Amino acid sequence: MQNKFLKLRINGRFRRLKALMVKEFYQIIRDPSSILISVVLPLVLLFIYGFGISLDANHVKIGLVLEDTSPDAQSFAKSLTDSRYFDVTVVKDRRELDKDFLRGAIRGIVVIPSYFSAFRQRQDNVAPIQVIGDGSEPNTANFVQNYLQLTWQNWLQQERISSKLSGIPLINAQPRFWYNEELKSHNFLVPGSLAIIMTLIGTLLTALVISREWERGTMEAVMSTPVTIVELLFAKLLSYYILAMASMLMCVTFTVLLYQVPLRGSWWVLTLVSSIFLFPALGTGLLISTTSKSQIIAAQISIVSAFLPAFILSGFLFEISSMPLPIQILTYIIPARYFVSCLQTLFLVGTVWGLLWSNMLAMIALGIVVFMVTAHYTVKRLD
Amino acid sequence: MKEFLVNINNVSKQFEKEARAALQGITASIPKGEIVGLAGPDGSGKTTLIRLIAGLLLPTQGTITIGDYDTIKNASFVHHLIGYMPQKFGLYEDLTVLQNLNLYADLRGVTGEEKSQVFNKLLFFTGLQPFIDRLAKALSGGMKQKLGLACALLKKPALLLLDEPSVGVDPLSRRELWKMVHELLEEGISVVWSTAYLDEAEKCDTVLLLNDGKLLYNGSPSTLCKNVQGRVFKITDISRNRRNLLTQVLNQDNVMDGIIQGHDVRVVLKESSTLSIEKFLSEFDPKAKLVADSPRFEDAFIDILGGGPGGFSALAESLPKIEAKQDVIIEAKGLTKRFGSFTAADDITLSIRPGEIFGLLGPNGAGKTTTFKMMCGLLKPTHGSASVNGVDLQKAPGEARGHIGYMAQKFSLYDTLSLLQNLEFFAGIYNLTGKQKKKAIDQMIDIFNFKSYVNDTAHILPLGFKQRLALSCAVMHHPAVLFLDEPTSGVDPITRREFWNHINGLVRRGVTIMVTTHFMDEAENCDRIALVYRSKIIRTGTPDSLKEAAKTLDNPTPTLEDAFIQIIQQYDMTNAK
Amino acid sequence: MFNRILALIVKETLMVLRNKDARLVLIVPPLMQLFIFAFAATLDVQNIPIGILNRDNGEKSIELVQRFNGIPTFNPIYYLKSVEEITSFIDQQKGVMVLSIDEQFSRNLDAKKPVDVQLILDGRKSNTVQIVVGYVSRMLDDFNQDIATEVGITLQNTKIYPRNWFNPNLIFYWYNVPCLAGVLTMTIGFTLTALSVAREREMGTFDQLLVSPLQPFEILLGKSIPAIIISLVEATIIILAGIFIFRIPFTGYLILFYLSLFVFVCSVVGLGLLISSISETQQQAILGAFGIMSPAIILSGFATPIENMPKGLQYLTYINPLRYILVIAKGLFLKAMPADIVLSNTWPMAVIALFTLTGAAWFFRKRLE
Repeated sequence: MQNKFLKLRINGRFRRLKALMVKEFYQIIRDPSSILISVVLPLVLLFIYGFGISLDANHVKIGLVLEDTSPDAQSFAKSLTDSRYFDVTVVKDRRELDKDFLRGAIRGIVVIPSYFSAFRQRQDNVAPIQVIGDGSEPNTANFVQNYLQLTWQNWLQQERISSKLSGIPLINAQPRFWYNEELKSHNFLVPGSLAIIMTLIGTLLTALVISREWERGTMEAVMSTPVTIVELLFAKLLSYYILAMASMLMCVTFTVLLYQVPLRGSWWVLTLVSSIFLFPALGTGLLISTTSKSQIIAAQISIVSAFLPAFILSGFLFEISSMPLPIQILTYIIPARYFVSCLQTLFLVGTVWGLLWSNMLAMIALGIVVFMVTAHYTVKRLD
Repeated sequence: MKEFLVNINNVSKQFEKEARAALQGITASIPKGEIVGLAGPDGSGKTTLIRLIAGLLLPTQGTITIGDYDTIKNASFVHHLIGYMPQKFGLYEDLTVLQNLNLYADLRGVTGEEKSQVFNKLLFFTGLQPFIDRLAKALSGGMKQKLGLACALLKKPALLLLDEPSVGVDPLSRRELWKMVHELLEEGISVVWSTAYLDEAEKCDTVLLLNDGKLLYNGSPSTLCKNVQGRVFKITDISRNRRNLLTQVLNQDNVMDGIIQGHDVRVVLKESSTLSIEKFLSEFDPKAKLVADSPRFEDAFIDILGGGPGGFSALAESLPKIEAKQDVIIEAKGLTKRFGSFTAADDITLSIRPGEIFGLLGPNGAGKTTTFKMMCGLLKPTHGSASVNGVDLQKAPGEARGHIGYMAQKFSLYDTLSLLQNLEFFAGIYNLTGKQKKKAIDQMIDIFNFKSYVNDTAHILPLGFKQRLALSCAVMHHPAVLFLDEPTSGVDPITRREFWNHINGLVRRGVTIMVTTHFMDEAENCDRIALVYRSKIIRTGTPDSLKEAAKTLDNPTPTLEDAFIQIIQQYDMTNAK
Repeated sequence: MFNRILALIVKETLMVLRNKDARLVLIVPPLMQLFIFAFAATLDVQNIPIGILNRDNGEKSIELVQRFNGIPTFNPIYYLKSVEEITSFIDQQKGVMVLSIDEQFSRNLDAKKPVDVQLILDGRKSNTVQIVVGYVSRMLDDFNQDIATEVGITLQNTKIYPRNWFNPNLIFYWYNVPCLAGVLTMTIGFTLTALSVAREREMGTFDQLLVSPLQPFEILLGKSIPAIIISLVEATIIILAGIFIFRIPFTGYLILFYLSLFVFVCSVVGLGLLISSISETQQQAILGAFGIMSPAIILSGFATPIENMPKGLQYLTYINPLRYILVIAKGLFLKAMPADIVLSNTWPMAVIALFTLTGAAWFFRKRLE
């Protein structure tokens, strides 16, 4: 008797799995919220991340106080107004700019003082211009300072060559930017944002979907059949894995076509890495849904514990090394962190196995931990 | 010698988050080849027990065996032996009938030749063949019920567990389901059918009666009824107000229980001597006659529980008398509501007189709640109008709505607030302030015995108290009109009677009441009822007149349910698609 | 009328306070988020790992390399041994930059000939590396200066001494924390209200409210006032944390801040109630809330400046209340922003508040159709 049942179980496994996946498929295409989360939401987020977030300050609005009218001053002022980095408003009196600076309408003030042209006779190495940045936007202030310095240096260089100033700097820095020569922040932000979007889909989708079965009472009915809990969850995860991958494919296509981010790595490696990422991502969704049988709570927890940390701590926007040590340690348990690194590399560099392997292993390890915890909390029971 | 399939040994179940045990020390055996009724009000433990038998829950104590298999140790084998239909039928709404069947067939390992045979048989059996490509969510209640049953029967189980399969479904479908399940017995399947309808329990071969997690009775229904044999009587030919009569009768010493049945009053005496009651009747209403009646299962249930409540309604006493100003208090003219292409309520017309109890009777999905909501002003009609006291509630100023009381289905209370906080809130929004508010609240606490529950969170209150709380919140402001949406669904019979005592008392004070229900016997309390079926009102009249019209030679004393079924069948015939 | 509204306010507040989950959600996460985000959400450049390849053996190169040691900006420093190592170093992101000094360095410098120093930077972190380049350039300038003096050349390689107003040391959390006051208050306000109406509809109690003498605007007030108060309390906690724990200077008038915060909270609550009111189910409400909240936070100027966004999106930010409160928060904390600028940023929020609150009330009944 025992053996008969055992045989039935094993033979039936594939059939049951297939049946469950067919059911998931029908549910997905007939349920608007799945489409919403896997198609509409990613596209909207991709759009927003792609166009909304940019760290490339081009045409930063600054004000220029031109107190000196000498040819030198005019020449430098022109190099500023010509610069593609700045959008310059020229005034004679500083007070005209105060209000705008306070309001944030301009992010920097450059003062060319009346004694500017005397710089050729100066003995010290202090530049005769003042640059005031807006500290309330530290990143922009950094940018303004850096590029002003650059513009000044370049102008000096021109001046030396054209007017034969004495003294040539001996050491020249030659920066080479690899993999993103145009330094478009787009190029690293958009691939990174894919990780955030996938975290959301993987976690939110799974969490909602399983809680829904509890709420509607179908979980009960299915559990009274010979199906095992492993089969049940596996079928669900596999189905949603396919959906998430389809969504990912769609997003990658948009990234390459619409945002023109190059994909220098291979597509199949990208698929591999994405699949591995979905392992802990879907697992987290599963864990959330086992701990809260209500859809609403599941959704809230997904957003707070998966999406927000992914956004802030994955390194896609904010540099992890700059964070305080305790927080850096926290980032090690966030799967998105590893995915972001892989994505930025696969798009901009190519297939760098050393980096990819270590990141993939980390994600697999996290996934295993998550699933073990989930298995512990899930029994084929209702209480 | 009866063979037993399931043995339940001293099973108890305590859920972590709850104070009271869901089941306490249940010992019973379920015989083979019978329909066993698992009866009791909501919260009595029926669903818990069924889930325990199905192996979906772990007992805190005790064991259950099905045949030779223990539900815990041999859980996986148990799944092969049982067919389970949970509440809400366990169907995937986004799948078609056929897809649902296919899913369960695959999950249960029914394939190939066996599968096509079983499908043919079940589809014919349930009458669902023409609907195989319809989405489950588009099926009517009765059809969902049948589909749920079919899914549970795919692999012929030894034991079929049905959790409240007939809740809210129309009486015709309910009867059909019953017939279908009976046929299964002939195939050797044993059935456990859990229900809150006591008249259904009566039809089972064996009944397990649960209340408050305890097993009150285990045996045949007829044996239980024997307990009250000779003590059940009908008072007919009542010339005085029958509600008055009921109240007075309930206050008599020897009377254990009494309810209104159409124009009559039905009583159950504590002892079989009719002397005292006859004496009372001769004084109160000499024209009335006392006639012996056959006992019903509900009578026996109340007997076990110790009898119903007295007739005095403190609530009614505390209210001021309301003078009727017009002939018609509540009116609906051609009320229609369409949602897209679906007509939820079609041309509803009715008028309710002051001091009347009017009932809307019908299965779930027939349009009762839609009609109800339109009359309360909660839903805007597509056509037609509804008014209370001449005022259209949808457009009414707040002042007019202060004369209405509303009790929502499932007693919508604020679960996370305490009992007292709920009372204070409702008092506040109905314009009761200061001393007046305090007096009203204290009165309610007094009348309904809330004292020891005042600070309990509404969520954990026993169902009967939730109902009382909902009622008190609805009447604190002394409304002239009360709207009650399924006010007694799921409560035990005693609480139900107490509730109707209060309602009867209110009506005697001049309050007009409109109530919806799908319990046929409850409709007997109404002065007039409207039968709602497929979005229309198909008949209006007093309960007795409806029963009268359904009299046949075979059935000289039809119940309201019989009457409803007959009317529905006539309607379906004349309006055949 | 007041009594009815008061009864509603009491009920809403009790529902929040008595709900264990709600209590946790309201206190712990915001504070946790404040601390984590304040420190984590930084575009600052610290502890950046770099590599240095020094193929020269001379004194000068060693001196140059020495200057990179012990700076908090660059840490850890890896010393590479060959040019071949550069590729894998950058590719595998072991460091963000490699400073490559060739064999001729010291010799050429001694001969007063110019030399090149290569900086190889990981474009995958374009923001960081641009800041790094600026930093390294300055270091090289200093080095240039010192060499020149040593060798006896007069240089007019002038340096601009940067001055930054409002936040002279460019301390990142002086920017983050005022912004988070706005962002986290918005999150709270949203969470409190987005489910509010939808949940009552599912529970069935919303019908009770509509059947009672309550008017729609009374229901609106009853639901918004508790949310507004709680949100303002949260905001206060964050502001206090900012001033006393993070020691960020508050240079403006507190009363102006509270005035604008009040209007901001009203607009957020209005938006939340509107979403709740339009949704048929709680699930829709939460997806809607999330779908509005994330773009709102991203497109507010918090993560990246509005100036960097394409024109179309910049116009979109005009209907985002968070945009305005961020300007005000930074202004009042750091810039001693005068009242007229504060008010010019407040009135758009008032318009949004008005619009969303009336919309929400209108949908109370409308949704029943």
